[in-house]
Amino acid sequence: MIYIQLFLSFLQVGLFSFGGGYAALPLIQSQIVDAHRWLDVKEFTDLITLSQMTPGPIAINSATFVGIKVAGVPGALAATLGNILPSCIIVTAIAKLYLKYRKLDLLQGVLKSLRPAVVALIASAGVSILKNAFLEAGSVLSVTGINIPLFVIFLICLILLCWKKWNPIIVMLLAGILNVIFCYVK
Amino acid sequence: MKKKNSKILRTLFLSTLYLSTFTFGGGYVIVSLMKKDFVDARHWIDEEEMLDLVAIAQSAPGAIAVNGAIVVGYKLAGILGAFVAIFGTVIPPFVIISILSVCYQAFRSNLLVARMLEGMQAGVGAVIASVTFGMGCSVIKEKDVISVLVLILSFLLACSGEINIVWIILGCGILGVIRTMLERKVRK
Repeated sequence: MIYIQLFLSFLQVGLFSFGGGYAALPLIQSQIVDAHRWLDVKEFTDLITLSQMTPGPIAINSATFVGIKVAGVPGALAATLGNILPSCIIVTAIAKLYLKYRKLDLLQGVLKSLRPAVVALIASAGVSILKNAFLEAGSVLSVTGINIPLFVIFLICLILLCWKKWNPIIVMLLAGILNVIFCYVK
Repeated sequence: MKKKNSKILRTLFLSTLYLSTFTFGGGYVIVSLMKKDFVDARHWIDEEEMLDLVAIAQSAPGAIAVNGAIVVGYKLAGILGAFVAIFGTVIPPFVIISILSVCYQAFRSNLLVARMLEGMQAGVGAVIASVTFGMGCSVIKEKDVISVLVLILSFLLACSGEINIVWIILGCGILGVIRTMLERKVRK
């Protein structure tokens, strides 16, 4: 049943995304794009864009968005519930232990060694998004197959983000506007 | 006592609802705003304890904003407090995305919107690239050989698409438990 599938998929996202923010991204992608094909890479990227421009965690935004697309508001509820259930149980359990013993070092040790893996997983999600943006559908990796305007926009954005420290929301809006301009100039 | 408790629950709900509606920029921002509200303004939690609660929110799996709401709610009013805080945190993004997803389906076919979103894909790619670049640099700066190896190996495994990434996370978690245990022994 679709509601149970949504619930279980987002349960996994909630259970295994450590480190917050973008850490949920590769897990969401593996569940909704690769495993169940509820969204394609393009829709998934649109979803990240929407998440960036609205308040709220990416995982909750995704659960709502995918749930509604696949099975309406009840689907969104099932997915969101699945997503927060692991947090509810695990965080309350840890908080209970902490308020009793006041020790957290094992937990933080584990988190510390998870961090390099989390960075790597986010990077791999980024790679598949960029591959989808730059390469025309079905073409192999070659200079001629690359969408040049989008590649130029990507470089401009990267410079603004890394060196000028611009706000990501403004940079993304700029990227959209630049692409519209490029298309009309052509 | 009972009256006081219901006042705490109401304030908790309104406060998380407000923070969740108006906070752009992810869990870390929302958690520091919670600190401002509950520690600095209301003095309901003391500063040191809040730091540990934030550490719990960050180390547990799941969205940091949701985890932060749970720990603060639980600390202030037990399980009921945790539930109230979760509702306050989840309702705003749920409602906003529900409305937007309806608009999205309607607007996606518009040529101008399609071009705009196409360009924004490159923008999202750049945002993710700069985030991973920053995080990657801070991992490498620690000069810990195992961390760098884990970074490279996980990246290659994830990109190959041959393995479910849940296994990568579980493997690294177990590695972390073993390393922390060993360090504890060395210290003793």
